[in-house]
Amino acid sequence: MATQQTTTAGRYLVAPSVILLFVWMIVPLAMTLYFSTMRYLLLNPERTGFVGLANYTAFLSDPNFIAALFNTLILVGSVLVISVCGGILVALLMDQPVFGLNLLRLMVIAPFFVMPTVSALVWKNLLMNPDSGLFAWIARSLGFSPIVWFTHYPMLSIIVVVSWEWLPFASLILLTALQSLDEEQKEAAQLDGAGPISYFGYIVLPHIARAITVVVLIETIFLLSVFAEIYVTTSGGPGVATTNIPFLVYKQALLDFDVGSASAGGIVAVVLANIVAIFLMRMVGRNLEG
Amino acid sequence: MAMKQSLRKRVGVTVLAWVVAFLIFFPILWTFLTSFKSELDAIAMPPKFLFFHWTLENYAEVQERSNYLHFAFNSVVLSIGANVVGLIIAVPAAWSMAFAPGKRTKDLLMWMLSTKMMPAVGVLVPIYLLFRDLHLLDTLTGIGLVLMLLNLPILIWMLYTYFKEIPVDILEAARMDGASLLNEILYVLTPMSVPGIASTMLLAIILSWNEAFWTLNLATSDAAPLTAFIASYSAPEGFFWAKLSAASTLAIAPILILGWFSQKQLVRGLTFGAVK
Repeated sequence: MATQQTTTAGRYLVAPSVILLFVWMIVPLAMTLYFSTMRYLLLNPERTGFVGLANYTAFLSDPNFIAALFNTLILVGSVLVISVCGGILVALLMDQPVFGLNLLRLMVIAPFFVMPTVSALVWKNLLMNPDSGLFAWIARSLGFSPIVWFTHYPMLSIIVVVSWEWLPFASLILLTALQSLDEEQKEAAQLDGAGPISYFGYIVLPHIARAITVVVLIETIFLLSVFAEIYVTTSGGPGVATTNIPFLVYKQALLDFDVGSASAGGIVAVVLANIVAIFLMRMVGRNLEG
Repeated sequence: MAMKQSLRKRVGVTVLAWVVAFLIFFPILWTFLTSFKSELDAIAMPPKFLFFHWTLENYAEVQERSNYLHFAFNSVVLSIGANVVGLIIAVPAAWSMAFAPGKRTKDLLMWMLSTKMMPAVGVLVPIYLLFRDLHLLDTLTGIGLVLMLLNLPILIWMLYTYFKEIPVDILEAARMDGASLLNEILYVLTPMSVPGIASTMLLAIILSWNEAFWTLNLATSDAAPLTAFIASYSAPEGFFWAKLSAASTLAIAPILILGWFSQKQLVRGLTFGAVK
């Protein structure tokens, strides 16, 4: 159906997007790669030179990197487990014949629209503050002493905040997937006397498995880049307790002005994200066929 | 009997669902309520839920002390401007890929999507240095450019999936009737694709409004949007809970309302069409 004329016109129409994205992605990435092999301190720009892989060995053997890598994995893993399991439960609940589903959906999805700096500060100050936060009041009312969240459990606090941001996303997508489940299939399962557990295991779970995979992959990509929540609450501390890889790179680049080392860190982050991206691209690509 | 039981079950499930939804929504509601309290009421123990002296003083103070309107203006200009420019670039691209696909169209789409997977820290250093040398740091042009590029793949993808749903037969009929390429776009495609373009735009605005990595790193004051405005409240100064709440409410209210309108498209946009 595409004629020669439309195909040629098509090239010109696609070209601006391709060029822009190419320049946006390839050029800075190439620069990062180049910087990562250089000695490059912003405060001392005269002392430059090729250093080979020294930045990488320095970055990778830095105990802060090991800590940051560990923190990144803990943060991504915990938030994934909480938001996906919670999301399945919320979606199953909303998929029941409930009154006022539309309003319920609005309430559940709302946190997703809250900008990360707001969610982090609201949780830290209004809810988790050990003196006047709401959680402290609940703890005291129940006869416990309040938890000093951000001081004693900094990583857990970040995980709680980020999970709250991502639970709505998982719930909404899984609910959409659930709602496309065939009514007839539901009835057939009921007629066959399937209990709730086997119904979930044999009918529901296989049906939403694809959506779960998509949620996991997309969340992973965003969670590998969590930054603002840490920036406004703990600044990576205490010590390096909440420093993840994005925050470590930011610190080296814009606070310590060590471009070479920060670039090496950036490349490490790109490699990590790419491992996930390959799987996601395959999932999405398969969908394009249909 | 069975009817009664199912009604009882329905009421039970409804109550449970409302409790869960309320808990998820609660932090936002609590922020909203706190924004109308005096600072003393905001830290009162036990907390005051509804029965306090309602006041608007925090809103006035937030505007006065940290110039909310300046940041709100930047947020509006950046999120709308960046995505209007983005749309102008993305619509032709998505249109041609949907209606005149070549052999490589699929690969091209996948490649565009892959640019979205690149973690921001991977290019933070060069972008920061380029911006510094080109004097784009803390300018609306610079930040807008970044926001536009961040959303471009999503815009193209969403538009592509919407355009794909427009039946090809209609286009062929128009061509049979001798419609030129331009007429085809103006009179056939545009009216059919307006809903898709509108919901794409809505989602893109929400994403730009809440973008917090680049806006925090590249803007300090002149071009700083609301994400940075809120970040300035991260250092506590005495009693500031109520003011923080007022500032937060102001920062999220516009987008929350937009978001509620676009929630149906959200699933599709954020999964790149993988879940509809």
